[in-house]
Amino acid sequence: MIAYVLRRIASLVVVMALVAMAVFLLLRLAPGDPTAIIAGDNATPVQIASVRARLGLDDPLPQQFYRWATALLSGDLGVSIFSNTPVAELIGQRIEPTLSLAFATLLFAVPVAVLLGILAAWSAGGVADRLAMAISVAGFSLPGFVVGYFLVYVFAIRLKWLPVQGYTPISQDVASWASHLILPALTLGLAFIALIARMTRTALLDVLAEDYIRTANAKGVSTLSLLLKHALRNAGVPIVTILGIGAAMLIGGVVVTETVFNIPGIGRLVVDAILKRDYPIIQGVILVASGVYVVINLLVDLSYTLIDPRIRS
Amino acid sequence: MSHVLPLARASTAHQAWRFIRRNPSLVGGGVVLFAAVLLAVAAPCITGDPLTMVPAQRLRPPSPAYLFGTDSFGRDVLARTVHGARISLAVGFLVAISAVACGLAIGLVAGSVRLAGPPLMRLMDALMAIPTILLAVALISLMQASVATVVIAITIPEIPRVVRLVRSIVLVAREQPYVEAAIAGGARWHRLVLRHILPSTIPPLIVQATYICASAILLEATLSFLGAGSPPEIPSWGNMIASSRLYLERAPWTIFYPGAALAVIVLAINIFGDGLRDRLDPRLSRRM
Repeated sequence: MIAYVLRRIASLVVVMALVAMAVFLLLRLAPGDPTAIIAGDNATPVQIASVRARLGLDDPLPQQFYRWATALLSGDLGVSIFSNTPVAELIGQRIEPTLSLAFATLLFAVPVAVLLGILAAWSAGGVADRLAMAISVAGFSLPGFVVGYFLVYVFAIRLKWLPVQGYTPISQDVASWASHLILPALTLGLAFIALIARMTRTALLDVLAEDYIRTANAKGVSTLSLLLKHALRNAGVPIVTILGIGAAMLIGGVVVTETVFNIPGIGRLVVDAILKRDYPIIQGVILVASGVYVVINLLVDLSYTLIDPRIRS
Repeated sequence: MSHVLPLARASTAHQAWRFIRRNPSLVGGGVVLFAAVLLAVAAPCITGDPLTMVPAQRLRPPSPAYLFGTDSFGRDVLARTVHGARISLAVGFLVAISAVACGLAIGLVAGSVRLAGPPLMRLMDALMAIPTILLAVALISLMQASVATVVIAITIPEIPRVVRLVRSIVLVAREQPYVEAAIAGGARWHRLVLRHILPSTIPPLIVQATYICASAILLEATLSFLGAGSPPEIPSWGNMIASSRLYLERAPWTIFYPGAALAVIVLAINIFGDGLRDRLDPRLSRRM
């Protein structure tokens, strides 16, 4: 067990090192010259050269990577080109809305998706199943921003039940915080629900074909207890696996959802940085997002042993 | 024998009908997709110019003159929506082809060359660890905005998924008796891979290509929406929605029509892919 955990952590370190290298090379080998952008439109060649020297871009590539990577290991993600603020500080300022949105989405999407999956598996081939799977295909196909604007139009503009956009910090007003999160969480949750409902259905159908389910059924176990106690627990591993894959979708979806609802989170930070070509911010956010994704998937792998004792050996 | 012939001929129409009945997703999705391709190709002949601005006709609701209304620059939303299909479908098809071709080549090597396998797969893990949208957007921010840039930026994040699929098929195929027989018969490596292993990757890859096409269309629209996609002078569903977002309350049609077009086309391709999967490869589970 300990050997397994250590092996998993070792491969996580390798993957993150590769991501860091890729992110570094991506921005150094790119055709455009970031220094020309930093120096401004009217910069003379001399000014551009002085910016290059200041940023250390004239040093050999391995030396630049060494300097960048050692700073990274001590938690230094670099400094924004435009605002001159450390990237780590900028991410810290923007983390609350993004985390709120992610938690709100998980809080409602996971139970809804699992219930939808159970319902579909229970009535496999029936009307409820087809309906659930139709919702699921739609969830894959509808782009987040189209869903978002549709929800805003119906619930905020026409019915006026919820605010159109924006974000209130939780420390300021909890009710306003919650009401600003409902539509974004619904938007972000749809694709997530589609993915997890589909996986829950498939995993449950596999388990429901097992002999012990037939035995339990013959014993007279109630349908509810059969589905929840006997089947769902044993379908846990594939469902949790897909939660890890869904994490990537959630991270990507946050970027779009924050743009639609004008939420000042990490997603907006990176989109604004891209439009301004503020490379240190782009690098920093990609590294942090990839790190979060890799750690979530490590936790998912480790959780197997809790869900299914058979894997422990 | 001659009296059998009329019966056999009568059954051709019957057979076609039975094919439709048995493959509703394949036929339904295929028909919508085909219609969309026709519309996209014929766009300049059916609608007006998508770029003409008529300032006097700004934000007009749908009417007989402008069936889908006009946007904030007084441009015809119908013409822009139909022309938007061109870039969406072009990007979708190009990404599907290039991602499958690159993924197939890397996957075959990773699955059949012992030394290359693990490092290639770690590299793919690293690529997959970077969220798709962020990777695509970062790639685009480095290059000049053009359709080719968008295709490259969307293809790279899709490659690892194809590589994983191909490698898993190769690993299974390698254990098959017919492959062992070919090895025992002294087949060379390239012959073994190309003649004996490659064919079994084709059906799942065709199915995967349709899913990649659908997700590429979504991603292209998303990138254009974020302002990091195709150049603004090319009408695309993503940049139409982005440029109309301030007018959601006053002119919802400027967002509704491109949004609906996008949803319909992606849905049709996904349903077509499901139909293909059921026919070609029942075991392949979706997006794994």
